[in-house]
Amino acid sequence: MPRADLVVLNGPEIETLDPHVLTGQADGRVSGALFEGLTRFDPVSGRGVPGLAERWDVSPNGRRYTFHLRTNAAFSTGEPIRAEDFVWSWRHAVDPSTAADYSGFFFYVKGGKELVTGTSTNLASLGIRALNPLMVEVELVNPTPFFVDLCAMRIMAVMPRWTVERFGDQWVRAEPLPCSGAFELVAWLPNNRVRVRKSPRYWDAANVRPQVVDFLSSDSPSTALNLYLTGEVDVLIEKGLIPIELNDVLLKRPDFHTFSYLGTYFMRFNVTRKPFDDVRVRRAMSLVLDKWRIVDRITKLGERPTSAVTPPGTGGYSPPPGLGHNLCVATNAAERAVAFTANLAEAKRLLAEAGYPEGRGFPTFTYMFNAGGGGGSRTHEKIAVEFQAMLQEHLGIQMELRPVEWKTYLSEMSRLNYDVIRGSWVGDYQDPTTFLDCFLGDSGNNRTGWKNARYDALRERAAGTSDPAARVALLQEAETLLCRDEVPILPVFTYTGLYAYDPNRVGGIHPNLTDEHPVSAMFLKR
Amino acid sequence: MRYFLRRLAFLVPLVWVIVTLAFFLVRVAPGGPFDRERKPASPAVERALAEKYHLDESMGSQYLRFLGLKWETGPDGHWHRAPGGLLVGDLGLSLKYRNHTVTDIIRQGLPVSLTLGILAFGFAMGFGIPIGFYTAVRRGSWGDWIGSLLALVVICVPGFVLGPVLILVFGLQLGWFPVGLWGAPLQAVLPMAALGLFFGGRVARLMREGMTQSLQSEYIRTARAKGASELRVLLRHAFPTAVMPVVSYSGPMLADLLTGSFVVENIFQIPGIGVFMVNSSLSRDYTMVVGLVLLYAILLLVLNLLVDLAYGLLDPRVRYE
Repeated sequence: MPRADLVVLNGPEIETLDPHVLTGQADGRVSGALFEGLTRFDPVSGRGVPGLAERWDVSPNGRRYTFHLRTNAAFSTGEPIRAEDFVWSWRHAVDPSTAADYSGFFFYVKGGKELVTGTSTNLASLGIRALNPLMVEVELVNPTPFFVDLCAMRIMAVMPRWTVERFGDQWVRAEPLPCSGAFELVAWLPNNRVRVRKSPRYWDAANVRPQVVDFLSSDSPSTALNLYLTGEVDVLIEKGLIPIELNDVLLKRPDFHTFSYLGTYFMRFNVTRKPFDDVRVRRAMSLVLDKWRIVDRITKLGERPTSAVTPPGTGGYSPPPGLGHNLCVATNAAERAVAFTANLAEAKRLLAEAGYPEGRGFPTFTYMFNAGGGGGSRTHEKIAVEFQAMLQEHLGIQMELRPVEWKTYLSEMSRLNYDVIRGSWVGDYQDPTTFLDCFLGDSGNNRTGWKNARYDALRERAAGTSDPAARVALLQEAETLLCRDEVPILPVFTYTGLYAYDPNRVGGIHPNLTDEHPVSAMFLKR
Repeated sequence: MRYFLRRLAFLVPLVWVIVTLAFFLVRVAPGGPFDRERKPASPAVERALAEKYHLDESMGSQYLRFLGLKWETGPDGHWHRAPGGLLVGDLGLSLKYRNHTVTDIIRQGLPVSLTLGILAFGFAMGFGIPIGFYTAVRRGSWGDWIGSLLALVVICVPGFVLGPVLILVFGLQLGWFPVGLWGAPLQAVLPMAALGLFFGGRVARLMREGMTQSLQSEYIRTARAKGASELRVLLRHAFPTAVMPVVSYSGPMLADLLTGSFVVENIFQIPGIGVFMVNSSLSRDYTMVVGLVLLYAILLLVLNLLVDLAYGLLDPRVRYE
């Protein structure tokens, strides 16, 4: 194969290109090039902007959206894209027999939650209908300020009904594959590459610069770096693929770029186990972690220590101060020392109050983490060792480390078979609920055993309000409860990503919080 | 011939036992193929996913389905055999790469791994035999010291160190060879060396040993006494016996090369099958694990059988009963 115009190192091997069932970010990058929805991601802001719908009207109560499709919207194989195609695609996504992991995004649409959870089987009850071939009307459960962002998600994309009906789950292997996005599929070689070609029928084809794009897969940071350094790849887009050991060197180069994104590193307490059922114990342990040591000595990409689970700037929301906030916002060494000393005093007091003065009588417990995670450089292990040392030194309590492999880690976390465990969360859209919803009592992503009626009620009230300021206040109140008062989790830092491309050669890549970098916007500067 | 047939007949139950063990072992490990950092949207979705890939069935039922011996009532109400199964040569869909069948992935990756393995085999022979030959003939000289040291070094340095060193020197510093990927002949050079050098070192040592022993034998003294030229003595009389240990080592070596290329494939981003061998068990890709175990079991057993046969042909003293 001749070299593509643009070669992107995309990260792990693609599992599937089916926008309804894919889960990984690497899969999403390729699938996003092939399939589009009512909106698409803006390369600068990472938010939803007009895609196959050229505009939309919102009802005054914020619950009804009317999308106007482009008259020239068409699949790469020539079939026009019409309102009925969206209705069919969305119904297919919420149909439990599709088994779409991400169908939770349809909870915001009327009837979506009932269908996805299986309490209703009438697909026609989903709040989407075709008013005419070019108008789609969507009814929402609540006013949802980020709904237009959601419409750019892969699972909301429009799919070729006739192909899916003919080939079933294997429809993405159809040749030719009818694509609704900027590119069409040329080749999909496992463990090798996915090659896509610009679709001449795409409505915005005039502004898509690369003709042929290759997505290479690799899960080895040093291999990825070698390929980048020798010019085999133009863009190293997967942030987990840069060897952390070389951060100091690489950060000084003009072609390595850091950016903040919606990701938080934290630890989970199993509140169903003693002594972590005692909030004083959780608070004491949270206060004793010097988060600056972790970002300065281990991760070293300029991550920001945090006391909240929501990263700052998430859809114009500022997280409220959590437990140990003063340390996180300290700007110099002297301030940090003062804040940390205060945290320690408070931690010792809390631990004594809980019945373990100086750590006496505190049971030995384990900290579980996925070994080999964090880009092969054992970041999780280094963080665990720091935490272990801090607990021992300042509180006199013994924590044993238990590294496990990835699937065991996931399984033990879901079954609440741990004491304290590493956690992280990457937000899907620019709104605090993408983080806060994890800790609702009935969320499968909670995995701490923590259930709080007041927290759930605050979230419910926020969902029902159409006043943006009131909504933010309610969500902040919920987050305060989570991160300052109850602390079933211990937030450590918000992530910083790192990607590589030569700015003199490649354009169209912009840092944004959702880490969305559509290849249709990328181009080579000649 | 009878011996050969008996061995062949024994292969089938052996492969069956191996595959059955793999089938159950990988399912006993904690977690499953669809466990991810975030939970599916609802328990109903989770159930539907398990149902789709028959993971909701009992182990016994899954095993029968895997073999192709599962009978069930179809939508028409009649009993019929569930489609697919090992007996009809269908290993099923990969549970991680859900749009590819296991056979599909093997078909794309195996030729690459085989090519790499055979190239590395050639490289190991081309590297090891001349060095072993030379160091034995020039025993005790500086050349012997350097050659033997080189052979020892490449045996001691593991592939995951050797590969990056080769990349650093010949790829990044000198820029002679590409640092990865597959397709162009030049791209094969570094991985071939990284994979083959260790075996080359072992071949060199075996060759040196064999040649040294051979040169001390009586028939060499006879040949020299009869006035044969030195070159003729070395090549015609000493070499054929000296190379026998290398020949018997070449079978296991080929098997190792064909199945043990995971590290090198990973370092050079080569689209072979080795990467799947390790990753499939980590990702609990049940169907893929079983498919690859089946493939490697057959490959190893057949290669071993062929080596035994070749040995009998090369050395008339070896007789199988």
